[in-house]
Amino acid sequence: MDAEREVLDVLARNAREDIDDIAAQTGLDAAAVADAIDALEADNVVHGYQAVVDWDRVEEGKIRAVVEINVELDRETGYEQVADRIAKFPAVDALHLVSGDYDFAVEVLGETMQDVSEFISEQVAPMPEVTQTVTHYIMETYKDGGIRFEDGDDDDRLSVSP
Amino acid sequence: MRLSDRARTLPESGIRKFFELAEARDDVISLGVGEPDFSAPWAARTAAIDSLERGKTSYTANRGMAALRERIAAHHERYDQSYEPESEVLVTTGASEAVDLAFRALVDPGDTVAVHEPTYISYGPGIELAGGEQLTVPTRAADDFALTRESLEAAGAADADLLVLCYPNNPTGATMTDEQLAEVAAFCRDNDLRVVADEIYAALTYGTDHASIATQPGMRERTVVVNGFSKAYAMTGLRLGYALGPAEAIDAMNRIHQYTMLSAPTTPQYAAIEALDRCDDEVTEMVEEYNRRRRLVVSRFNEMGLDTFEPGGAFYAFPECGGDDEAFAEELLDAQGVAVVPGSVFGEGGEGHLRVSYATSMRELKEATDRIAAFVESR
Repeated sequence: MDAEREVLDVLARNAREDIDDIAAQTGLDAAAVADAIDALEADNVVHGYQAVVDWDRVEEGKIRAVVEINVELDRETGYEQVADRIAKFPAVDALHLVSGDYDFAVEVLGETMQDVSEFISEQVAPMPEVTQTVTHYIMETYKDGGIRFEDGDDDDRLSVSP
Repeated sequence: MRLSDRARTLPESGIRKFFELAEARDDVISLGVGEPDFSAPWAARTAAIDSLERGKTSYTANRGMAALRERIAAHHERYDQSYEPESEVLVTTGASEAVDLAFRALVDPGDTVAVHEPTYISYGPGIELAGGEQLTVPTRAADDFALTRESLEAAGAADADLLVLCYPNNPTGATMTDEQLAEVAAFCRDNDLRVVADEIYAALTYGTDHASIATQPGMRERTVVVNGFSKAYAMTGLRLGYALGPAEAIDAMNRIHQYTMLSAPTTPQYAAIEALDRCDDEVTEMVEEYNRRRRLVVSRFNEMGLDTFEPGGAFYAFPECGGDDEAFAEELLDAQGVAVVPGSVFGEGGEGHLRVSYATSMRELKEATDRIAAFVESR
């Protein structure tokens, strides 16, 4: 495994690890870790660092929805062009081109359900390429970003054992 | 009630004292745990659940389910070991039962059993229960806790009947290379020693593949290999282990097994089949995570001035604390609420060391090593 991959494995688990701790965990020196992070960012492998948030635990937290979008393309317009327009909206948290019954899966964040509805009906649906949208409001999140949303400490092992 | 001499004189485990001290507090970060902090892979757990739903709650064959023995034999080809599932594999209730059966099948009253120390705490009492006498062969940090011909000779192991090996080792994390094992194998052949090789941590090695003494020339026929699902597959509570060895040894162990355990529990055997069939990726992920923790912990101990050699396997670091390891561990627990196990609990050669398990989350390891550093600083 090369240095960048090792550093990436650590960052993907905890983006807040400091360079010295990443160095200790990977067996690299601190300068090599810093170089690897610079390279990962420059190559657009790492696009940013975000907290994985359980919004349900935040008072007046966010509303999240998964929106299926179907589009009809013409000679001048491809998926890239449509994706480019949709991705520009700040409410769009994630955007994927998918296989199956619809074309795009879009994750939308809003303050209220009305926010999300208005965004879909007023911004997305009127786009000339869009033929159909189906909105699924997320009722509860159990796992996100590879992290289970649990209360946590359920280690019931003996405190000292052979 | 009158108790047997054997029961009365059997010593209590040295770990017990630290368990009780740690249990008395509710703010302890424990690095004293000798088991994975992961759960068994979900696929293995669902296989266990499914077997129960289908009512698979009967005894299995004494030697274990044929399908499981076949998979165990196939699995061990990765260590260049080749065993016949019908006659050379025995499924047991945890690796501990396999060790016990091996002692009872191979040791006559008065036989001498050489055990390198520091090592796992159950061998001595197991040998005693089988009527044997333990001969201690100390290993040293300076030799990376590997066994050498020199240390065997110095301890008088040439006159022993059996040798117990535990590599990768609990508590030191030491492994042995093929070259080092070749030296020990030659000693065993020269002195007609049989071997019980506890290789329960074989899957947890870092940077090198596990090497077994059973693959050395002339050793397969004089070695019983013990392994199991507890460590690699995080299945400690499911209690499933096994032994591999020459048919006559496995047959003798099975004869004892059939009057004591009868057969290993059925549900974990279904889980184990699934583990061997489909859970290699989970094992790889666990090993990668242990490896990151290992590097962090070893580097932090060295930074705080507690010399720690590079453990090649298992999930323990064995830093030198200098002086009285029991006092160090007790004071550390008292002052900082961090539980570690004193090295002397694991026998000669462990004095002046601490066993530190890194089978706990990275967050807790960082907090615990910060507290240990503060403790070292304050002494």
